[in-house]
Amino acid sequence: MITYIKNVVSLKLDVHICTGCNMCINVCPHNVFLLKEKRAYITNIDACMECGACQLNCPENAISVLSGVGCAAGIIQGYLKGTDPTCGCETDNCC
Amino acid sequence: MDYIVDYIGIDRKIPVVATFLNSYDRLVAIKARWAINRNDYKIPPGIYAVGNPDEKANVFVTANYKLSFDHLRSNIAGMNAWILVLDTKGINVWCAAGKGTFGTNELINRIRSCDIEKLVSHRKIIVPQLGAVGVSAHEVKNETGFKVIYGPVRAVDIPSFISANLRATESMRTVKFTLSDRLILTPVELVGHFKYIISLLVLMILLGGFKNSTFSFNDMFDSGIVVTVSLLCAYIGGAVITPLLLPWLPARSFAMKGLIVGVAISIVLYFAQLTGTNIIESISLMFIIVASTSFISMNFTGASTYTSLSGVKKEMKTAVPMQLIFFLTGLLTWIILRFI
Repeated sequence: MITYIKNVVSLKLDVHICTGCNMCINVCPHNVFLLKEKRAYITNIDACMECGACQLNCPENAISVLSGVGCAAGIIQGYLKGTDPTCGCETDNCC
Repeated sequence: MDYIVDYIGIDRKIPVVATFLNSYDRLVAIKARWAINRNDYKIPPGIYAVGNPDEKANVFVTANYKLSFDHLRSNIAGMNAWILVLDTKGINVWCAAGKGTFGTNELINRIRSCDIEKLVSHRKIIVPQLGAVGVSAHEVKNETGFKVIYGPVRAVDIPSFISANLRATESMRTVKFTLSDRLILTPVELVGHFKYIISLLVLMILLGGFKNSTFSFNDMFDSGIVVTVSLLCAYIGGAVITPLLLPWLPARSFAMKGLIVGVAISIVLYFAQLTGTNIIESISLMFIIVASTSFISMNFTGASTYTSLSGVKKEMKTAVPMQLIFFLTGLLTWIILRFI
């Protein structure tokens, strides 16, 4: 996989409250996590695209990430409209 | 609804869908890829059957975008299964999950309104992994009793996922971004930037008719060819060449990748003597090419499968001012040259 800009990702994991349920590993599309001795660890943080799936599916709330669309057009659109970055296509109901 | 081949069920009629895609389905896929009526390919949300499913059959969840639905049904040919289509406003699974329409609430409500509890005796529901961006598995379990099992990223892996007892391997869970993945996205990039490039082209062709502040159609024609070639190359550079060469362009930020492509295009056009005869005019055109290619390439972050919000914000902080300065310097110089 191609690597994107390094050292910017906002993903954090509190290893102490992790119960090793494996959900973050199941949902991560870029193999950011690894399970070691019944706990999850972040092993590949620069591969994270901040989609937020791990945070939403962690039953212990051990993960935090400022999730959103990594989309320049969406960021520009959000900036112009004064909203959060949204999927930036020509119409509001597409992606 | 030519994908419905039959109906089953005793107390209600559940449509049975075909598992092969016909020529209409294929035509829709091509049209959607070219952004033609792209928001109009919706499947009615609800429950559908594949084959002859019973109370033990698997339940697959998908979005009500026709391409998502077609991917799923064509990849579970030969199985007996249920398909639960969520109302995602005609958007694909991943994008809809990002917006929250493919989400926890919609899934909970749809499990209830479609009475999945009565349809199957087990309490498992297979959700595509990319739907996890909008679905909280433990909340769905708390609310409905159904355990969400995340299936593979790509529908094509479903048969192996099923034979491995609903286990997705690491490769099934990983999003890739292959050359063909990128190639299939280029038409939408071309269509999306078309009106901007055409507006700029029309403006520059009209202004190109001026020389020493006097308008002539001969000058408009001569300079029109130069401008058209430059802008078309910038457009194709940003919308096609950068996406295709993505892994090999030696920069991490998409704007930088585009800048490299823009500079390369400028050099080629310059030596092919396609940037006009005046050196200042050539340089001003190059500024416009580099700025446009970089900007269009930067917008490909939205189509890519690996860029983070933090990363895109970071690259835009330096790239957007650079693109604006390049573009305005280029365009203003080019215009001033017509009037002095």
